[in-house]
Amino acid sequence: MTTSIASPRRSVSRGVSSAVLLAIAACFLLPLAWLLLASLDTKATASLNLPAEFSLANFSAVLTPEQTLWPLWNSFLLSAGCAVITVLAAVLAAYPLSRYQARYNKPFLYGVLFGTGLPITAMMVPVYSMFVRLGQLDSVATVALFMAATSLPMAIWMTKNFMDSVPVSLEEAAWIDGASAMRALRTVVVPLMRPGLAVVFIFVFIQAWGNFFIPFILLLSNHKQPAAVTVFNFFGQYGSVAYGQLAAFSLLYSIPVIVLYILVTKGIGGSFATAGAIKG
Amino acid sequence: MTATPTRTGGARRPPQAARRPAAAGRTPTARRSLRRAVPLVPAVVLLALFMLGPVIWSVYGSFTNASLSGTAASNPRFVGLDNYLALITDPDFPNALWLTVVFLLLSAVIGQNFLGLGLALLTAAAPKAVRSVVATTVVTAWVLPEIVAAFACYAFFSSDGTLNRMLAAVNAEPVDWLFTYPMAAVILANIWRGTAFSMMIYEAALNDVAPEITEAAVIDGAGGWKRLIYVTVPMIRNSISTNLMLITLQTLSVFTLIFVMTSGGPNQRSTTLPIFAYAEAFGLGKVGYGTAIATVMLLIGAVFSILYIRVLKPGDNS
Repeated sequence: MTTSIASPRRSVSRGVSSAVLLAIAACFLLPLAWLLLASLDTKATASLNLPAEFSLANFSAVLTPEQTLWPLWNSFLLSAGCAVITVLAAVLAAYPLSRYQARYNKPFLYGVLFGTGLPITAMMVPVYSMFVRLGQLDSVATVALFMAATSLPMAIWMTKNFMDSVPVSLEEAAWIDGASAMRALRTVVVPLMRPGLAVVFIFVFIQAWGNFFIPFILLLSNHKQPAAVTVFNFFGQYGSVAYGQLAAFSLLYSIPVIVLYILVTKGIGGSFATAGAIKG
Repeated sequence: MTATPTRTGGARRPPQAARRPAAAGRTPTARRSLRRAVPLVPAVVLLALFMLGPVIWSVYGSFTNASLSGTAASNPRFVGLDNYLALITDPDFPNALWLTVVFLLLSAVIGQNFLGLGLALLTAAAPKAVRSVVATTVVTAWVLPEIVAAFACYAFFSSDGTLNRMLAAVNAEPVDWLFTYPMAAVILANIWRGTAFSMMIYEAALNDVAPEITEAAVIDGAGGWKRLIYVTVPMIRNSISTNLMLITLQTLSVFTLIFVMTSGGPNQRSTTLPIFAYAEAFGLGKVGYGTAIATVMLLIGAVFSILYIRVLKPGDNS
């Protein structure tokens, strides 16, 4: 590829592929552009329109404690709780799986991989009746634990793969210094796989933040509901008349995960230190 | 064996224990591997309680007449195979099953997978500006919370939405997409929403293909398509099967997108299995019946999982 970069045929095909890419990007952009423009348009419809006048009225209309701030706080509690539990459990579980050749490794990893395959939405009906029977319906903590468990198979799988790519040679120095396995994990492995862990954390947080179905089924009280459910309840009734507010709320609710995602991808780009650490 | 760290408190046993477990005797080895397994405990407890638990509960609940309200809500009765017999004779079940298969194949296996691979291949050679425009738009659709994506797609496909406005601009007849072609709408919506995942998996995989290999293929005279099929695809084979597994299972789980866009309608024409189970359990209050549908879905998920595990073979690389 690099050898033929200057050839004319190459640059023509590059032009064509750029055009194709931009056309695809335009298709992907249309629904997103609607969200943005409708949120700034007090007379927004379902269709993409340039607002006659740009206004923040939709935002000030939805920015009330009960409609936006509480639900967002509830979303944060649920997602952060879920992500912290998941990452802790995943790192701990990944260490023996990645570092020791034990008899349980293979069955456990098969089990985990199998768990990633179970469709969680399929489980919601039995989970609901299980929560009813255990008296855990409407409990935010139990719902966070449940969400952590559902993201755990994926998180263990990802964390183990990230950990496998941290060379053991770096840990050996710590062992020689007499560090225990847990200490080596904390002081050597975890810092080296920070980018990987950030990916796992963000992956889980974003999934939890965006999850609608689980809280929709398992939480009952309005004041405990995360933003995903309140927006559905509110705009399920008024959506057809208040597209602008719907879009404004949607943006407010989406911004945290978008910001988080950007932060992490920028951070990851700069700090993939593992390869350098072993070569240098 | 350098990959095995010294144990904590290694002074109690000679280092050979790690190398020759048979010679070291069974009990110390068993005790050691037990101690090494301790960090697994939190994960195992969570998984047993909230993953295995619901699965067992699902099988159990599918043999009861549990309902949302009434006496069968607090005191469900064991009804044997009644729910499954009802499922077989319910004409809505094969409909939901078929729509689920269509949804999986068209939106995940074909749509997201090929579009994602195509985008990853094209962006790899594209100018940086183009690459970042593509990445930003495609990934934003994926990062958005599912319900927001569903609203955006609902608006896009609704009768007075963006798509019809564009059709009107080229003098084409407007179509009420969500009512006339509900499956096409939700399939396209799911492609829009999920392609970023495949794209990123393939981008990462292509980055890992050593440039020497593609260069060697170029020197050997392999053209673009040949290089793709005989060099690149085999090199990223593992990523392809991982990706297929993940997107198939994600798509099997899609509920919110369809629920918001069409609610499974009109007339059950976009009712996939998750929507079907929800409607029966919470719409009609037949929790036992909904649980039987859930159990069928879990079985389908299990079959897919086993199929893909066979392709992946975890632990072979360690």
